[in-house]
Amino acid sequence: MIETSFDIAKTSTGKSLRTEEMVVNMGPQHPSTHGVLRLEVVLDGEIVVDVIPHIGYLHRCFEKHCEHMTNYQQVIPYVDRMDYVAAMTNEMAFVSVVEKLLKIEVPERVHYIRIIMAELQRIASHQIAIGTFGIDMGAFTPFLYYFRDREKILDLFEMTCGARLLYNYMWIGGLSHDLPPQFIGQAKDFCRDFKKTLQEVNDLLNYNEIFIKRTANVGVLPKDLAINYACSGPMLRASGVDFDLRRDDPYTLYDRFEWDVIVGKGEVGVVGDVWNRNMVRQKEMWESLRIIEQALASLPEGDVQKAIPKRIRPVPGDVYGRVEGPRGEIGFYIVAEDSVTPYRVKGRAPAFVNLSVIGEIAKGAMLADLVAIVGSIDIVLGEVDR
Amino acid sequence: MTPQEIYDILKTQFGDAVLEVKIEGARDPFIKIQPDKINDVARFVHNNEQLQFDYLMCLSGVDYKGKLGVTYNLYSMVHRHKITLKIEVPTESPDAPSVESVWKSANWHEREAFDMYGINFLGHPDLRRILLPDDWEGYPLRKDYQVPEFYNGMKVPY
Repeated sequence: MIETSFDIAKTSTGKSLRTEEMVVNMGPQHPSTHGVLRLEVVLDGEIVVDVIPHIGYLHRCFEKHCEHMTNYQQVIPYVDRMDYVAAMTNEMAFVSVVEKLLKIEVPERVHYIRIIMAELQRIASHQIAIGTFGIDMGAFTPFLYYFRDREKILDLFEMTCGARLLYNYMWIGGLSHDLPPQFIGQAKDFCRDFKKTLQEVNDLLNYNEIFIKRTANVGVLPKDLAINYACSGPMLRASGVDFDLRRDDPYTLYDRFEWDVIVGKGEVGVVGDVWNRNMVRQKEMWESLRIIEQALASLPEGDVQKAIPKRIRPVPGDVYGRVEGPRGEIGFYIVAEDSVTPYRVKGRAPAFVNLSVIGEIAKGAMLADLVAIVGSIDIVLGEVDR
Repeated sequence: MTPQEIYDILKTQFGDAVLEVKIEGARDPFIKIQPDKINDVARFVHNNEQLQFDYLMCLSGVDYKGKLGVTYNLYSMVHRHKITLKIEVPTESPDAPSVESVWKSANWHEREAFDMYGINFLGHPDLRRILLPDDWEGYPLRKDYQVPEFYNGMKVPY
């Protein structure tokens, strides 16, 4: 890609017009950085020579706080605030790691409800990702359509646990509340109605000529580089790696449902480009709907608070666990000592790891494409900075 | 591959550089490596046909009071197996070789460990603070960290 930049800069006389490099700061306050992220962009004309991300503007000492809690339960609200647009999956990651540490078996009903919540959350998160990405690319309508339907998911969360954004819903060994009686009917209605919106947005956005021009063949991330940079989630799958933790490193009861792992195929552009990352998210929502419908249909009975331990004091040791969040692998590394508080908690945030590859894929792109690339990584600065 | 087999391969290859192994009774089986050998071990487990640990899931610094530790959680996309490697360095001279040349994802994780624990990763191409401001003093996740009274002339309330 760099070579083409020199071609553009050559005049008809063959003389190079290569000018001095310029450093432009994109952010911290910039609408397309989706939060407070500063990208130090080295430009040669319009062409990006280098990108150096500066993060930490939203650092809230999550890991230090965890060590100063009075028990493990108190960490959960902090985990919510790591990735604030997908709090349910973060909770799921944390509680499943602590359950692994304590070797607790939770009832089936808890597993089912967690799966329903996590998949609803995945849809809600992808709606924001695709909606705001559309805005970055100049398409406003998908954002409005998705936010209209996202409200229905938030209503479902609200009727279950009272909160719309940061839930503190999944507890170690159980859940804070059982599902209210009207939940199942309303969730089924949502699944039915949302399919129409999905199809509509697919028709409006993904094969739109302008959208394709902006996103196809831009910011290509090759397969081996994606693995070497430990990218995960839609970012990894769009690069053609058939890998999903829900299937390949199973946790809870995902193996009971029928669904497919979406891999970027390069219908438009090449595998691993911005268009494919967006398309993987789009298609994943269909799969999430499939999982939710199956889980709702076969929801077992039981007491969701039966397995909640009275006191959490794990045997000393350390454990790393991970789940598939909307952005990729959410992992927690917990070191336990003989105490009621964790000795060390490290949050492996998917957006943090995915963002580190930007210097690699943005090189040689146009400045306007950088907006598309940042949007396609789907960063949430809350979890990048923790 | 089971952790025991992975350990056997590493033991034959590196001998005394493999310090300790815990498989029974550990939730995540781990192998402790001599710190100055970690880059060689990392390159070996990455390139070895039987192991092929091509995916660094997580890299975390830990303060064990008197010693600083680094934990590497590895995964193989090809063979679908996991292992945890650990090293420990003294707090007074926390030098450890960087594994950034093996897994690029280690770049930011090592910067974070440097930021929070002051572990000096030798051979890292860009070792500077990542989450905290560049002029921050001290390493906040160390257990003996004292919150400074002032930061750039501003009183820190708590």
